[in-house]
Amino acid sequence: MKPFTYERAKTPAEAAAAVARQPGAKFLAGGTNLLDLMKLEIETPRHLVDVQDLKLDRIEPTSDGGLRIGALVTNTKLAADTRVRRDYGVLTRAIVAGASGQLRNKATTAGNLLQRTRCPYFYDPNMPCNKRKPGSGCAAIGGYSRQLAVIGSSDHCIATYPGDMAVAMRVLDATVETVKADGTTRAIPIADFHRLPGDTPHLDNNLEAGELITAVTLPRPIGGTHHYEKVRDRASYAFALVSVAAIIQKDGSGRVAFGGVAHKPWRVEAADDVMTQGAAAVTAKAFADARPTDDNAFKIPLATRALAATIAEGRSA
Amino acid sequence: MMSEIEISRRGVLAGSAAAAAIAAAPHVEAQPAKALPPATMPVSLTINGKRRDLTLDTRTTLLDTLREHLQLTGTKKGCDHGQCGACTVIVNGERINSCLSLAVQHQGDEVTTIEGLGTPDKLHPMQAAFVRHDGYQCGYCTPGQICSAIAVLDEIKRGDPSHVQADLTQRPQLTSLEMRERMSGNICRCGAYSNIAEAMADVAGVDVKEMEA
Amino acid sequence: MKFDTPAGTNPIDQEKVVGKPHPRIEGPLKTTGRAVYSYENHEAAPDAAYGYVVGSAIAKGRISSMDVREAKAAPGVLAIVTADNAGPIKKQGFYVAKPLAGPEIEHYHQAIALVVAETFEQARHAASLIRVDYARGQGAFDLAAARGGAKPHRRRPDIRIGDFDKAFSSAPVKVDATYTTPDHSHMMLEPHATIARWDGDQLTIWSAQQIIGWARRDLGNKLSIPQDKIRIVATYIGGGFGGKGSVCSDAILAALGARAVGRAVKVALPRPLMPNNTSHRPATIQRVRLAAGRDGKLVAVGHETLSGNLPGGGPEIAAAQTQLLYAGANRLNLTRLATLDLPEGNAMRAPGEASGLMALEIAMDELAEKLGMDPVELRILNDTQVVPGDPGRGSPTDPQSASGNQGKAEEAPLPFSIRQFIPCLRTGAERFGWKQRSPKPGSRREGRWLIGMGMASAIRGAPIMPAGGRVTLDAKGIVTVESNMTDMGTGSYTIIGQTVAEMMGLPLDRVVVKLADSDFPEAFGGGGQGGAASATAGAYAACMKLREAVATKLGFNSADAKFVGGEVRAGNRRAPLAQAAKDGAITAEDKMEYGDLSKRFEQQTFGAHFCEVAVDAYTGEIRIRRMLAVCAAGRILNPITARSQVIGGMVGGAGAALMEELAVDKRFGFFVNHDLAGYEVPVHADIPHQEVIFLEETDPTMSPVKAKGVGELGISGVAPAIANAVYNATGVRVREYPITLDKHLAKLPEIV
Ligand SMILES: Cc1cc2nc3c(=O)[nH]c(=O)nc-3n(C[C@H](O)[C@H](O)[C@H](O)COP(=O)(O)OP(=O)(O)OC[C@H]3O[C@@H](n4cnc5c(N)ncnc54)[C@H](O)[C@@H]3O)c2cc1C
Ligand code: SF4
Ligand code: FES
Ligand code: FES
Repeated sequence: MKPFTYERAKTPAEAAAAVARQPGAKFLAGGTNLLDLMKLEIETPRHLVDVQDLKLDRIEPTSDGGLRIGALVTNTKLAADTRVRRDYGVLTRAIVAGASGQLRNKATTAGNLLQRTRCPYFYDPNMPCNKRKPGSGCAAIGGYSRQLAVIGSSDHCIATYPGDMAVAMRVLDATVETVKADGTTRAIPIADFHRLPGDTPHLDNNLEAGELITAVTLPRPIGGTHHYEKVRDRASYAFALVSVAAIIQKDGSGRVAFGGVAHKPWRVEAADDVMTQGAAAVTAKAFADARPTDDNAFKIPLATRALAATIAEGRSA
Repeated sequence: MMSEIEISRRGVLAGSAAAAAIAAAPHVEAQPAKALPPATMPVSLTINGKRRDLTLDTRTTLLDTLREHLQLTGTKKGCDHGQCGACTVIVNGERINSCLSLAVQHQGDEVTTIEGLGTPDKLHPMQAAFVRHDGYQCGYCTPGQICSAIAVLDEIKRGDPSHVQADLTQRPQLTSLEMRERMSGNICRCGAYSNIAEAMADVAGVDVKEMEA
Repeated sequence: MKFDTPAGTNPIDQEKVVGKPHPRIEGPLKTTGRAVYSYENHEAAPDAAYGYVVGSAIAKGRISSMDVREAKAAPGVLAIVTADNAGPIKKQGFYVAKPLAGPEIEHYHQAIALVVAETFEQARHAASLIRVDYARGQGAFDLAAARGGAKPHRRRPDIRIGDFDKAFSSAPVKVDATYTTPDHSHMMLEPHATIARWDGDQLTIWSAQQIIGWARRDLGNKLSIPQDKIRIVATYIGGGFGGKGSVCSDAILAALGARAVGRAVKVALPRPLMPNNTSHRPATIQRVRLAAGRDGKLVAVGHETLSGNLPGGGPEIAAAQTQLLYAGANRLNLTRLATLDLPEGNAMRAPGEASGLMALEIAMDELAEKLGMDPVELRILNDTQVVPGDPGRGSPTDPQSASGNQGKAEEAPLPFSIRQFIPCLRTGAERFGWKQRSPKPGSRREGRWLIGMGMASAIRGAPIMPAGGRVTLDAKGIVTVESNMTDMGTGSYTIIGQTVAEMMGLPLDRVVVKLADSDFPEAFGGGGQGGAASATAGAYAACMKLREAVATKLGFNSADAKFVGGEVRAGNRRAPLAQAAKDGAITAEDKMEYGDLSKRFEQQTFGAHFCEVAVDAYTGEIRIRRMLAVCAAGRILNPITARSQVIGGMVGGAGAALMEELAVDKRFGFFVNHDLAGYEVPVHADIPHQEVIFLEETDPTMSPVKAKGVGELGISGVAPAIANAVYNATGVRVREYPITLDKHLAKLPEIV
């Protein structure tokens, strides 16, 4: 870990300005991802702006019947919120399927959205990795890629976005609210928040330098049964091989997003349209352009089967 | 037959026989010689009820603060990356991994470590249950397991949801399944899980065999 | 004391303390965080500097240049140890890879430097400032591809008995299948860690070491330090499983670092360095050929195993147990070793059996199915009470055994000292409700879940090594026992205490146990599941001497004296034990040494594992629902700690069956998933309530204590029991461990 200076900001605007002001500065929320990577010198900020005092830790109703989740609401608190449990069950389910109790107590909504890939080559500074060191190559291509992406990948990077919460947010059509260093705010639809790797895999998302996430808003509830099916080798405390976030309505229609398959939560709206035709129809559309490796080709039939389980569960609910 | 390929840390060469991109050794750009001076900061926290005032390198984790600066070595370092749970402590009533937290993040916080729960002569009920049920072997994961076990029973009581809960709108039940799911952030490589579950059931006042069902 | 004839009745047989379920005596320390592990010994080294190990970025080749200037100039840095300034390090000892590389690199993450600084943060950062240029060499990283160059190994000569080929080809029912097991990482929870301190030319290391004697020997040899100048202390060890079998880079580099800076230095290996820097259980490719008559009697038993290692390293002895487990006249047993440039393969919990049974016991399941026989009955039918086709060796299954000069075929067939294999099988079947298993795979379903039951046999050698102990009686009537035996969670503190208490007629709380210090008498240590048997026998020998001294002091005829209730009694006379020490403490020291009983009897432990799994019919995910182990392993010195050893083994077996695999990158030559997030081991949610049954047993050929080990028996056979249960659930046979969902997904029932 490189030496760094540390400050605590008092307001969102101040925090954004503080990060923008100093080259190499970063926000620090729970720290569960950033510190992990700093220890390996994969992240090397010179200055940390701790955002814990920004008072962004509330969950409030929005005027149009949705919920506004402060950026610093912890995973534990968000998952436990009675409104979320009742109206956005997929979100609670996704969160409690992730990480561990200890980590969820610390992890924040913004930090979770921004967690970086778990590609093992990204995590090993000895290995070439375009995400860690642009232009160095991608060791995962042709290497051990069982966990990695099957779709939306590029010749430069086949990493996945590893998180769970964002997959549920994708199916909920959440919006990410931010404030920039100059004090302007914007609202980014979750669909446009994370990026595909393309030839710039070092960019995970579309935030600008110094842009602070202040909240995530959820539109008004859409009913239906809520499901998060996370498939993994061990029963808990493991990242998804494939996950399925779905909301299914009584008539069998619904929406679905997949985790563990791409550089972002994967949702193809055209695939939602065929939900009533069953899992295979949905994944045929959702994974039409898949480019899996030998190691991870199983993820595509797995996604189909996991969705089939979800649909069956929806029916019996 | 040993073909050697010269590689430099700065360059990336493609194509050994296996057509692999060849790794550069670590550390790409040279660090400017004028690195920032190591930053230190004052931190005060309350640990096991006792206020501690320290001046620390900003890089110091809560875990290393406890272990190296305060000699509270009961909290263990198993991985230093949030992957094992050995470093679990209770901060302001919530369990966290102290390895993924900087001391400076905890200005003014109340920290309870394994040393604050009980002593060999006056064990906390969960500590006593671990001894009774042999909920450990090498003992290295144990302080973390015990801190988590205490927190987990509280979390169930509080009604926090879990991955294994059938109906999210209901309160979670005190079952073995619930406890095991919630304890999963504490790895025991010695494999004492079954006995830890019994120790927890004992403290919670339920029968582990019935819970299994 | 020499043990050369089977033991008769002796004080241990009273079982007043021994055999009782005493909670661990160090429990209150461990559960309150007061047990001090190596790296934590602030008292011994209050001013210790911090060492941080730098690992090689390549797997094979050499360092062409290393620039440490910037690192050296970094704040707080005191010294940097590299091969250039470390002085000679000899290549001797239990581990063959060099603890400090340069310029040659033998494997990925091999240590190339130790940075010593005032603080941990400074050392860690400075380590990243070392600039290295490498000349990458070409290495062999693919076991299957290296098969061509594989050779037999002296540790395990080929065995050919009868006419295997003929018997196999002419038999009516047979199995011929290849099974693979991947590389496994010990991943003990406490990283390898050491504090080293020099006082003049005297070196002390507080270091996580399973075997104090080997650590001292290897540290001395590697660094050319006379052994009497080295002290090793390992009071508490946070798990080892074979991975702390002797000094690793942490210990060597701490010693060198401390010498370089003239003060104590502490080093712990970073978790992400451990799998590649230290040793692991090597991958195997095993071919098993079993042939039987229609009656199920085996006529041909063939087991061939291939593993790889660095030059000088040994093979995984995965076929050996097959010679001992089942009868059969025609046998082929081959062990092959290939050279690989992956990190060093070495002992990990039940080396040999753990991997070997993973293959053999699936093959037996496959054979049972072909025969239309119950798998338990097939095993019972093929039991043997003598070593089949005995070539007259001693225990061939103990790869850690030091002796290469085992006896000749003078008295074949060699009998087992005791073999309660059939009772294990029957008891297990009964208690598990084996009758409910449907022999038809894929036939039981509960909602989403396909349910299956499986079982496997377990066998593991029962080595015993010479071991000593020192016991001191003080005026308060407290007996203190000292031995360099270690306790890495195995229960040594408690069982040695129980042994001494029993021998001296005291309750356990009148015994103080001090272990794991090279100043104490040699007692082998924790390894090969030989520790408990060896160390308690050593304590027995010392206690016999102390009893004699006490009896003499109190004027008893030592032959008649009974030690009970804190007293010495003979006839009508009785005297408090403490009275013998009223003029000063009495100390006795002795060592148990062995004759040739281990050559005259095949000493093994036996067991049977039963398991029920549920497989998600949609996703293929496998979850264990029930596990039972039945063990016959000599006298169970403490049913609590013995149970823990076994359930721990079962958890390790569950990991091996379902998730553990060091993924090899065959281009770069390293284990890719080298941390505890990438290398998955079982968590709480994976492990159901576990049942363990110990059969009543004492083995008088072992020692007067009549005990054996159980810790490695506990893992042997677990993984194949799970594998067989998965097959029973799904009807899909997976022969490549771990059995992850991707390997059977395509063959699971179609979804609608
Ligand atoms: C062993 C392990 C297992 C895990 N398993 C899972 C899992 O199964 N599923 C899962 O989803 N996650 C998992 N996680 C990831 C975990 O959920 C994340 O580490 C956590 O959510 C990050 O949140 P944080 O607040 O600690 O973020 P930090 O570490 O504090 O921050 C992460 C990043 O976000 C930036 N940031 C933080 N706040 C803001 C803000 N308000 N605006 C702009 N930028 C900001 C930081 O600068 C940093 O770059 C796991 C983590 C570990 C260590
Ligand atoms: S897949 Fe992406 S993150 Fe992984 S090594 Fe390649 S470039 Fe890096
Ligand atoms: S040491 Fe913190 S989780 Fe392992
Ligand atoms: S007791 Fe050793 S890791 Fe849990």
